[in-house]
Amino acid sequence: MSTELPWRTVRASVLRTGLGVGVASGAYALSIGALGVAAGLSIVQTCALSVLVFTGGSQFAFVGVVAGGGSPLSGAASAILLGARNGLYGVRLVPLLGVRGGRRLVAAQLTIDESTAVALANEDRGRRAGQLGFWVTGLAIFLLWNLGTLVGALVGSAVGDPRDYGLDAAAPAAFLALLAPRMRGRTEWTAALLAAAVAIVAVPLVPAGLPVLVAATVPVVMVLRHREQPYVEDSER
Amino acid sequence: MTDDATLWFAVLLTAAGCYGLKLLGLLAPARLLEHPLAARVSDLLPVSLLAALAAVQTFATGTELVVDARVAGVGAALVAIALRAPFLVVVGVAALTASLVRLVAG
Repeated sequence: MSTELPWRTVRASVLRTGLGVGVASGAYALSIGALGVAAGLSIVQTCALSVLVFTGGSQFAFVGVVAGGGSPLSGAASAILLGARNGLYGVRLVPLLGVRGGRRLVAAQLTIDESTAVALANEDRGRRAGQLGFWVTGLAIFLLWNLGTLVGALVGSAVGDPRDYGLDAAAPAAFLALLAPRMRGRTEWTAALLAAAVAIVAVPLVPAGLPVLVAATVPVVMVLRHREQPYVEDSER
Repeated sequence: MTDDATLWFAVLLTAAGCYGLKLLGLLAPARLLEHPLAARVSDLLPVSLLAALAAVQTFATGTELVVDARVAGVGAALVAIALRAPFLVVVGVAALTASLVRLVAG
């Protein structure tokens, strides 16, 4: 679709998306900073969580368990469980990123919901666009997420609730905006609607963070059910 | 009882576990997705993941399903997307709508 656009236009659009997602996440990090200190972690521990763990869902889970008086080790267990989906993202990103050595070690830390979403949403504009989406989004979030955490930890509850600014609606809206250009045919609509439905049904049934992994089985089931039929490429429809 | 050393141990354990899982994914051989069936799955995976993430972040609070101001924000975002608004406008409309709904609802 947009493969004919000049690289400069594509680059500007990918940069805008990545930075936009970064700013929204950074604002959200204020709350993980404030919540960490409120849960009894020191400011250094709260910041260490953001630098070293760097995957929002897991951090909220860890802090939530500790704040609720639970054992930090059970907090760690649920946080790590939540982090499993980043492994799946990595598998999908391998052919796009083509990273080795030191770059792979850095890319691993940046493999999270948002960087994966922006990378995959842009990869059909070319491999370069997908890679740029991953790195820009990952690095922008890493910077702003950690800055936000530090400010949140220092200022504490004075920053207020990010939900007051509607920031909890910003992330799903961003994912839908990234999804929209990919909805080209019936197969995509089926996959998206089924995945959303499966994820919603899974929310009360499995620990937080796992519904997305459960929904990832939707394309597997769809492909296995239709493997006898000839595959029709999107572009041929 | 949560002493400082226990907290540090748990923080570092979480970090090691989360990083290990991320790295494990990136260490997968690229050929893993070259099989025709796997390639078809990976073609549909982005759409599925984006839709699932959007759905979960709109309706889930922990392991509960909740309908709150987020739904209004995301609904407004869908209208903006249908009107072909740029990315940042879509995100801004969602945040603004959700915050206004919270303000009005109290």
